[in-house]
Amino acid sequence: MTVIIPSQRVDGQVALITGCGAGIGRALALGLAAAGADVAATEMRPQLFLAEQNAADVRAIGRQAFVATLDVSDLDSIAAAVAAVREHFGRIDVLINNAGVNIVKPALDITAEDWDLTHTVNLRGVFFCSQAVGRVMIEQGRGKIINVASQFGLVGYRGRATYSAAKAGLVNLTRTLAVEWAEHHITVNAIAPTYTATVHNAVGRDDPDFVRELVDRIPLGRLGLPEDLIGGVVYLASPSADMVTGQTLAIDGGWTAW
Amino acid sequence: MGRLDGKVALVTGGGSGIGRAAALLFAREGARVLAASGRNEAAARATVAEIAAAGGTAAYALGDVARAADAQRLVATTIETFGRLDVLLNSAGITIPGSLVHEVDEAAWQQVLSVDLTGTFLMMKYSIPPMLDGGGGSIVNVSSALALAGVPGCAAYAAAKAGLIGLTRTAAIEYAQRGIRVNVLLPGFVWTPMHRVADPAAGNPTHPPTSDYHGFIASQVEPMGRWGTAEEIAQTALFLAADESSFVTGSSLAVDGGLLAR
Repeated sequence: MTVIIPSQRVDGQVALITGCGAGIGRALALGLAAAGADVAATEMRPQLFLAEQNAADVRAIGRQAFVATLDVSDLDSIAAAVAAVREHFGRIDVLINNAGVNIVKPALDITAEDWDLTHTVNLRGVFFCSQAVGRVMIEQGRGKIINVASQFGLVGYRGRATYSAAKAGLVNLTRTLAVEWAEHHITVNAIAPTYTATVHNAVGRDDPDFVRELVDRIPLGRLGLPEDLIGGVVYLASPSADMVTGQTLAIDGGWTAW
Repeated sequence: MGRLDGKVALVTGGGSGIGRAAALLFAREGARVLAASGRNEAAARATVAEIAAAGGTAAYALGDVARAADAQRLVATTIETFGRLDVLLNSAGITIPGSLVHEVDEAAWQQVLSVDLTGTFLMMKYSIPPMLDGGGGSIVNVSSALALAGVPGCAAYAAAKAGLIGLTRTAAIEYAQRGIRVNVLLPGFVWTPMHRVADPAAGNPTHPPTSDYHGFIASQVEPMGRWGTAEEIAQTALFLAADESSFVTGSSLAVDGGLLAR
């Protein structure tokens, strides 16, 4: 992976990233580290080896890294991971709510289990991670929370009924927490990536017609890549964006502009 | 290493407020800057002097962005002076003393639309060809949170600023495949000289005293509870101007302390 070293800096800040295995989580870990942050890479137990690898790569950049098991659907797991990260680093400056799951199905085929899983991970998980880390940030008197939403939280697309609903909820959760925690100097923002090519959706990209349809819809003429998100996330985490809160920044090659 | 090394930036409204802050920041990040100002030569000259004093490279030019010939000349001067154009920041803007819609003077309405909306269009129209010649560029338009949130007394300004969002999205789509990104930022309440004009008490002494502009604004800076600074807006303009936002186009980004999130 090419890591674009952002010229904005987040030197010495501690960033906790959920879903820090492959794909976007890994890119953000390396991008934030390249911009000067120490990283707490958290993942569910089966993917923990990926978080370990990311931590090793963060250390290779010259920053500190810490790994913790974190399943965003389990409140005890959230509490334990946040406590462990705080114990290790002494504080948490940046929370990246990246853990997410997408179930692509026609609306008529979506089951209650599909719906519950998508909403548990993408919405409930983000809320309770934010609540746990928010407590720490309120004590600190500052913090930056960045939610990985999606362009599908802003526009519709077939086969994404449950994912889109959860991500749209996340966009407004972002606004609500921004308003509520502004007095504590905590900013809460989201990014809205377009369809981003990762190992998680490699199977869907076997279909050249589908890929062509997506690319035709993206004015910049290509699918998103995890590293496209680094600049925006570092910007939102940096002092450059101290007055930015409640915003959802589209990093979508122009998909939502038309 | 500067974030705009090797780039040439044309900043309108470069003599004061957000434009001035951005001109200084862009120069600090390695850009050569053409600071454009409407009439205030002393202010434009001061921006250039401050950039030069900090070791940067800048020049200034005067011109009314609402006049096509002037807009064309500002772009031409940039190319003549620095050889190319990579970044256009449309920060020039005016407002008029607050009046309710039924009291807005038609000529004043036209004037605000001419500068705030047509001026940005003209600057884009004449900047895009040299950007295409140079292989691309980044255009950053300065709208306002007032484009999306109603504030009494700001009809012309809000209408012009809302128009900028449509202009931005259209241009983003039109030039996406040709290397030009176009984005718009929406400042919240930022303390700049413009607020002296918008204040009915200062700008229009006969306005009924029921409109306590500053009291009203103070109630609007929630939830963060403070005015923004021109430097904070400039930081976001820099993010959108620089290559770190290379996959961002057609986006609207508010820098408003949470005002629009309410």
